[in-house]
Amino acid sequence: MRRTVGALLRKELLVELRTLESVPGMSLFAVTTFVVFHFALNRNVVDGDLAAGILWVTLLFAAILGINRLFVADAEEGGFDGFLLAPVDRSAMLLAKAVTLLAYLLVLELVAVPAFALLLLGPPLGQALPGLLGVLALGDLGVAAIGTLVAALAVRTRARDLLGPLLALPLLVPIVIGGARASSPVLASAHHGGPSARWLLTLGLYDLVFGLIAYALFDFLLED
Amino acid sequence: MTACAREGALEVEGLARHYGEREALSGVSLSLEEGQTLVVFGPNGAGKTTLLRVLATLLRPHEGIVRVLGSTLPQEAWAVRGRLGLLAHEPLLYRELTARENLRFHARLHGVADRRVGELLELVAMDGRSREPLRTLSRGMVQRVAVARAVLHDPELLLLDEPHANLDPAAVELVAPLIGASSGRTRVICSHDPGGGLAEADVVLGLRAGRPALLRRAAEVDPAEIAELYR
Repeated sequence: MRRTVGALLRKELLVELRTLESVPGMSLFAVTTFVVFHFALNRNVVDGDLAAGILWVTLLFAAILGINRLFVADAEEGGFDGFLLAPVDRSAMLLAKAVTLLAYLLVLELVAVPAFALLLLGPPLGQALPGLLGVLALGDLGVAAIGTLVAALAVRTRARDLLGPLLALPLLVPIVIGGARASSPVLASAHHGGPSARWLLTLGLYDLVFGLIAYALFDFLLED
Repeated sequence: MTACAREGALEVEGLARHYGEREALSGVSLSLEEGQTLVVFGPNGAGKTTLLRVLATLLRPHEGIVRVLGSTLPQEAWAVRGRLGLLAHEPLLYRELTARENLRFHARLHGVADRRVGELLELVAMDGRSREPLRTLSRGMVQRVAVARAVLHDPELLLLDEPHANLDPAAVELVAPLIGASSGRTRVICSHDPGGGLAEADVVLGLRAGRPALLRRAAEVDPAEIAELYR
């Protein structure tokens, strides 16, 4: 299993480094969206609920771009079939793809969060960051599990570009809600409390449920 | 066609496969012994590729019994993967990776030593271009890498969909020890070349609109019967 996951991760890394199709696109999309919000709201700074909402909605749509491209290289020249013919545990692909998507999200956030702080965020990022990191990590885990599941389902259909976002969005909405509610206190100007424990727990449970669902369904999705 | 003394590598009885309402295969029955070659003829859309994908465990049979290397599909598909090599229309490789990286990737999936990658790249005369991304190579070169990928794990059964597509005569000779009759493997070949295909075959299956139109030992088949399949 470890050898298979390692081989898959190495392949994912090489393909992304050669094509630069996912992460730069996601990052550019996020920064552009912050610029759009900056001018559309006609505000230089936002905080609290509004800041959390803008951040999570932007991250959600940027993540959709990565989810949509997660299996593209595998589908293009039959690489997916090549994997299916190998005598390996197919869950290795779930794990490798989820870790890949998680890595994409981490790089995205390395770009998007400072850009958000620069373009829109009222409170200093340094104060918000410790609390925000935990919320982002929990949100990313859920996006990675759901995104991999949805991408695996969509890749074997003709309408994959449409089906991916249509399936992912409703499933990811609870993560946006949980992420925004949990991070709202840490992005507030007046009150610099920690993230909401109730919403952190909700996010954690949602991650766990979808992690288990993805594990249970993934083999089935890869079958004809 | 009945199995003889040697163990049957393939046993198919009443195989049917649909794509939605469309019947891609219906009523296909055949058997093939170890070390024999089955050549499948038929016009485009006759079901040749579908048959190959069912035997490769990539498609489920919707009706009938399919036993490959002693395992029943789809229930025991896990036991067959790794014992068969598929050379399909698509190379089953990654365009952005080099030939060497692609083969190393498959070597890891199949638990094959890296040394075998170098050996095969030499055998298909791709060692000189093995560090260039596949997207920069000609289709013939990619096909040679795909041949190396198909035999990387020394499979018992080869499923070959027009294996000489895009290969020049020199390359055809080059890959013959790996996927030709001299490889000693059981083979199923989809072909549009009546002369070449018949020369390689022990058993011939002709498909028309997903149904078997011809199933006989190669020695008993007249090339005109194969030509008739395409009319």
